[in-house]
Amino acid sequence: MGGGLGWQLVRGWAMLVYAFMFLPVAVVVLLSFNASEFGAFPMSGFSLRWFVELANNEAILRAFRTSIILGLLTAAISTTLGVLASLALVRYRVPAANMISTLLIAPILVPEVVLAVALLLFLNFLNINKSFTLLLMGHVIFTLPFVILVVQARLVSIRRDVEEAAMSLGANPVQTFFQVTLPLMLPAVLAGALFAFTISFDDITGTLFWKPGGVETVPTQIFAMLRNSISPEINALGTVMILLTVGLPLLGLALARQLSKKRGG
Amino acid sequence: MSVEAREARQPWILLSPALSAVGLLLFVPLGFILVYSFWLRTASGADQVGFYLDNWRAALSDPFYRDILLNTLKIAAITTGICALMGYPAAYFIARARGNKAILLLLLMLPFWISYIIRTMSWINILGVSGALNSAMLWLGIVDTPVQMLYNEPSVILGLVHFLLPFMILNVFVSLEGIDTNLEAAANSLGATRWQSFVQVTLPLSLPGLAAGGLLCFVLGAGTYITPMVLGGPSNAMFANLVYEAIITQLNWPLGSALSLMLLAVLGALVLIYNRYLGMAQLMKGLG
Repeated sequence: MGGGLGWQLVRGWAMLVYAFMFLPVAVVVLLSFNASEFGAFPMSGFSLRWFVELANNEAILRAFRTSIILGLLTAAISTTLGVLASLALVRYRVPAANMISTLLIAPILVPEVVLAVALLLFLNFLNINKSFTLLLMGHVIFTLPFVILVVQARLVSIRRDVEEAAMSLGANPVQTFFQVTLPLMLPAVLAGALFAFTISFDDITGTLFWKPGGVETVPTQIFAMLRNSISPEINALGTVMILLTVGLPLLGLALARQLSKKRGG
Repeated sequence: MSVEAREARQPWILLSPALSAVGLLLFVPLGFILVYSFWLRTASGADQVGFYLDNWRAALSDPFYRDILLNTLKIAAITTGICALMGYPAAYFIARARGNKAILLLLLMLPFWISYIIRTMSWINILGVSGALNSAMLWLGIVDTPVQMLYNEPSVILGLVHFLLPFMILNVFVSLEGIDTNLEAAANSLGATRWQSFVQVTLPLSLPGLAAGGLLCFVLGAGTYITPMVLGGPSNAMFANLVYEAIITQLNWPLGSALSLMLLAVLGALVLIYNRYLGMAQLMKGLG
């Protein structure tokens, strides 16, 4: 592509779109360092006081604990289910594989509000009330399709003959899985787990329906705090969240790069 | 058991946990709320089991619900249109850029990792009475007193565009990446101008990606209740807000079931029409 006028326009437009995406978020980060009492312009100086207040806010710390435990459990369960299903779909000739894929993807084709209502009312009918268990089941069901999509995409690229070689050298299927397939799959599994964790950590739409009274995750805590007014504390909490949800995957990416370099890939 | 029979059973053993999870936590509950929508919530707060059409009659004929449904579809359509206009050139730029494409792509993925609630509330810092825009306008002397730019329909649409734009860009990008650039070069060598070869070659070939992005933007936009609650005013409720009201505030679960299923029917019909003409594969490409 040369530097024609059309291309210059496209480039300028793209830059504006990037600015639109990132400026509001940058303002959140900027304002979280505001020394003034109110979360607004003009800024009156640089200060870390809102981060200190966050660290002393029992409700927010509790929300973080809930979100992290929920995210980890969701990632563990969803990744286990997703990896097993992906293995079946990629490695075996399954009759009606297309239909099964669609069924497994269904939780993201149904609007999340509808999924949330259906699960809440059905489990309530079974006498499972709003609880951590309900939250966990909800998070598992709508992260599962993402895990399956990510893991399946990576699994396709693992060559079958390596496993066959192991088998022909006398390894049984279980040994082959744990000593050959799993190590090769590890990046896919980790990517799936990371994906499930971040989706669970960010969710608010379903969570507001499923969470019991008094329990908050970080997003619902922010939502509840917004009811009063926007304070520098919310911006500080937003900054911490951004650091976590952007920083962790970036770290994961860098790590994956290192690993594949070591392997000489 | 023969080896063949064991082989044939293995995939089903692997699939059964995920399939039962989806069955028990999605399909059975959906069936359940279909039944539930015909029950009746009585004044005492108990559910009357039976076959009552009252909830459906209310959901389908009350002009209050109909107006909000139409308004929700209108907001989703405007949002999708803006996403397409903003997103297509940006995706084209990323797909055809030389050099640090990896960085451009990474920047495109970043918004997905920033929490939806934070991206939504970030606009309060920009548009609020004491937000960035008002401070700038006061300082420049454009206005004397701060203007409230929040809690109206445009601010809801703005929030939705900010939330959904990455889905559009990603889908268009994926389909543009799949187009052989030689096709454009061939068109150019046959005498087409750059604009002609874009309009007649590249654009038609990228329409499936645009459609996939559009579907995602529309369905996700029409199903949200958080954005109107954070950035909208009392009169900007969308259909999912009605569901939230019925279930969480009024505790009228049978009515909430009927409203949920109505939303599912409208948005599900769109997904089915899309699937009929374009298939799910394109959508999966953009998601995976």
